[in-house]
Amino acid sequence: MFGWEFPPYISGGLGTACYGLTKGLANQGVDVLFVMPSASGKEDQSAVSIINASDVAVTESIKNIDNFLEKVQFLRIGTNMIPYVDPVRFSTLVGSRRENQAEDYKIKLGEKYQFSGKYGENLMEEVARYALVAGEIALKYDFDVIHAHDWLTYMAGVVAKKLTGKPLVVHIHATEFDRSGQNINTQVYDLEKLGMKEADMVISVSNLTRSIVIGKYGISPEKVVTVHNAVDFENYREMDGERGVSEKIVTFLGRITFQKGPEYFIEAAAKVLRQYPDVRFVMAGNGDLLNRSIRRVAKLGIATKFHFTGFLKGADVHRMFAYSDVYVMPSVSEPFGISPLEAMRANVPAIISKQSGVAEVLNHAIKVDFWDIDAMADAIHGLLAYPALSNFAVKNGLDEVNSLKWDNAAAMVKDVYVRLIRK
Amino acid sequence: MEKSICLYFQVHQPDRLRQYRFFDIGKESYYYDDFANRTILRRVSDLCYLPANQLMLDLIRESKGAFKIAFSISGSLIDQLEKYAPEVIDSFRELAATGCVEFLAETYYHTLASLVSPDEFKAQVTMHSKRIEALFGKRPVVFRNTEMIYSDEIGAMVAGMKFNAMLTEGARHILGWKSSNYVYTNAINPRLKLLLRNFNLSDDIAFRFSDRGWSNWPLTSDKYVTWISNALAKDEVVNLFMDYETFGEHQHASTGIFQFMRYLPSAVLSQTNFKFCTPSEVCKRHQPIAPLNVPFPISWADEERDTTAWLGNELQNEAFNKLYAVEKRLNKLKNPELTANFRKLQESDHFYYMCTKFFSDGVVHGYFNPYETPYEAFINYMNILSDFLLRIDRVNSPRNKQD
Repeated sequence: MFGWEFPPYISGGLGTACYGLTKGLANQGVDVLFVMPSASGKEDQSAVSIINASDVAVTESIKNIDNFLEKVQFLRIGTNMIPYVDPVRFSTLVGSRRENQAEDYKIKLGEKYQFSGKYGENLMEEVARYALVAGEIALKYDFDVIHAHDWLTYMAGVVAKKLTGKPLVVHIHATEFDRSGQNINTQVYDLEKLGMKEADMVISVSNLTRSIVIGKYGISPEKVVTVHNAVDFENYREMDGERGVSEKIVTFLGRITFQKGPEYFIEAAAKVLRQYPDVRFVMAGNGDLLNRSIRRVAKLGIATKFHFTGFLKGADVHRMFAYSDVYVMPSVSEPFGISPLEAMRANVPAIISKQSGVAEVLNHAIKVDFWDIDAMADAIHGLLAYPALSNFAVKNGLDEVNSLKWDNAAAMVKDVYVRLIRK
Repeated sequence: MEKSICLYFQVHQPDRLRQYRFFDIGKESYYYDDFANRTILRRVSDLCYLPANQLMLDLIRESKGAFKIAFSISGSLIDQLEKYAPEVIDSFRELAATGCVEFLAETYYHTLASLVSPDEFKAQVTMHSKRIEALFGKRPVVFRNTEMIYSDEIGAMVAGMKFNAMLTEGARHILGWKSSNYVYTNAINPRLKLLLRNFNLSDDIAFRFSDRGWSNWPLTSDKYVTWISNALAKDEVVNLFMDYETFGEHQHASTGIFQFMRYLPSAVLSQTNFKFCTPSEVCKRHQPIAPLNVPFPISWADEERDTTAWLGNELQNEAFNKLYAVEKRLNKLKNPELTANFRKLQESDHFYYMCTKFFSDGVVHGYFNPYETPYEAFINYMNILSDFLLRIDRVNSPRNKQD
């Protein structure tokens, strides 16, 4: 299994999902070798064996570089932007590149590459080098199925498939369209599409994502199955949320980016405050729309009732939930969205956008269109003003999130494996 | 032995509430979605009420009065028909004039008040009876409660209002080994006779008729009549109670439901010794065989046949209790406008929309529901109720009145 992150060092939901899934797979009797670019050694290895790609040298396993490149010629290290050229010129260009590439590999032979495992400036290069190391690992270890999580690892998955002929499963936790709307990074899109095309089976985390995979990447519907994410609250501890203010608190928690729809939360907050002043709003998180959000709050004149916390992690996230009376996830496009489940686990009723995958599995959350700020404001007000509503949502919501088990998701993933192996 | 078949149709449409945001509380006090109500009413009139009434009229005339039926039309629907489709009322009048149609009493606004407020219940029943008498010339003598809700106490209350008989569900958990195909009496006041719905034979038409997965699909009049005559060889009465909207609305005309109905009377009359009777006639022809004990309310809804479709979760109970909590204050005010709103807000449909049972089963619930989720239904209703309660407070203390 190729991943990019794994708890404890995670930056989003991907690592958490990989952790839950591998634990579920272990319960299903599936042994998982989890390859990640940069392991810290603090990962919980009770259910998986972690392979740290930074520890693996590209060695003579790949003896015949030409043969290797024959199989994985899509693999490029560094930038590979080619401007518009005519076909003849293109073929010579590609030819010379091929030579350069062979050189490139020779130079790297026997070296270890220190991955940062982050999402920094050299991301593309890291992705390609990760794939190179993946080839090495694929030849060294014994396994039946290759499973790659999100585009960063697709190249690695494809390399492993080409070298070993083992079936490839790619797992879509998010697509470029979720992250960027219509202004997509075409390099990322191409990598995603490559992974999906080469894969024998594509797993999407929701039907919403499945339809994007089919519609925007042109993948055959028979090849795409939905396996909804789950949550693992095994080590959950209740937290006491003693607060300093008397008003009720409505919370947004997530990256403050286009994808998460922070502006709709702000507009809805202003509408609620106009009629129902006995409430405070909190926007927890960081992101490229933070400054714009602060300006908008100031312009609406609600800054005394609307607070920004910056990025929260670990215990602070739990404390924030414990503080909250209503949780809102107004995402414009959310392949799944684990945070409402965490809120509901902390006895906070949730309002989620219909444009989220998690809406497909939840009955006891209030669902609104992300753009419908009237409906959002109305739902916030309803949860604040009608105790019967929030009590009901909390009680039934808790039962509901506790029933979303990784074991069930893992069983479906295992079915996919079994079908591929039988082929 | 005399055998009777009793066809009764419930005719009702709720006053659907408009999308009412909390911004409107204290500012806007019009609660109804006129557009939806008018559109749906016109649609149902064209698909069901008008063609079905015409069919019933033809059947009565062709059978020379041997075909008889009963209706109860809710006041909520009558008011809407007057506004949006008065020709439907004319066609019901035409049916009434044949003498083969009995109109039953019910609560005016399809209320659940029989469960909590005898005063409000009686007021609405009286209001409805008067209206029916004014429209069709006869005061109803048989009663049918909202959603067939019945208990010993409700029956006693109805008996106290001088009704001869009452319709309810032949619920399995009440009947046990007993058959629904006889006349029973109320356990407290034996003067009130009970007609029990044969839910198998009724639902064969109302729910299963167009179900292609059903082993008996397609259902023809002849097939149906053999069931009646074979299965009920020893029984006296078969009560087929269903929504009138079964014809053309729940079961679309293309399913053949009208053809089924067209040939049903002649098949019954020629192939069996059953006679069509109105509920009043059934009570005259058949002796009650036993009192029926119903300590807890039953209804005709869902598998449980109880009241949990309307009052089964905390949301429904909260909305219901908050509404009825103001009844006494409201009665003192004697404000006709507020009282009218109070009554429309009692319609059982509003509570039905908040039902969470359909998360597990209840395909039927989804079909009738204008809201996507029970949460939306609750929020909308509570916003309206908040405004309504605010208005009562303002009338109570006029000095606080805002402009």
